[in-house]
Amino acid sequence: MIELIAYIFLGIGGACTLIGAMGILRFPDVYNRLHANTVVVVGGVMMTLFGVSILYGLSTYSLKALLIALFLFITNPVGAHAIARAAHKSGVKLWPRSVVDKLEEEEKR
Amino acid sequence: MILVGILILLIGASLLCSVRGVLGPTAPDRVVAFDAITSLMVAVLVILGVVYEAGFYLDVALVYAMLAFLGTLAIAKYLEGRRVGD
Repeated sequence: MIELIAYIFLGIGGACTLIGAMGILRFPDVYNRLHANTVVVVGGVMMTLFGVSILYGLSTYSLKALLIALFLFITNPVGAHAIARAAHKSGVKLWPRSVVDKLEEEEKR
Repeated sequence: MILVGILILLIGASLLCSVRGVLGPTAPDRVVAFDAITSLMVAVLVILGVVYEAGFYLDVALVYAMLAFLGTLAIAKYLEGRRVGD
């Protein structure tokens, strides 16, 4: 039973990594690709680490895997925010069919 | 066995990301691809450590995640100060 739950987590992780990697490859501009990057990390890598830690019960492996998952959960949004801000400040254009750009409206004011 | 399959999936996904890292028209695209590849490599290290039953792989994964985060922040800070085309 426990193994089945762990394999479900691992399956979700593998599927999300593939979907997110295809998103990074196919999306039209930097900001959309950041969204796909977050899918890779939170949906894929963290689910894989949860699956490993469930599979190995209460041991040093699972505790270290949970620690790495917590660290990624904290740092990935910070890094994505920094990249998005740097891209917008250095003048990378949005995709032409984008609907709204609140940061530019804020800076024009 | 399932762990090895997940490992192959992760490596395939990082190959797809590295294609974007080579193609990416602007520098932030490459940084995004780099960030995704480093996170995928963290998961690869964890699975390798579990499969080989070598605990130090997981320590290496933790330190690698920290250094990748620092690298991402440093590159983002560097990119903030200049315009595209400089």
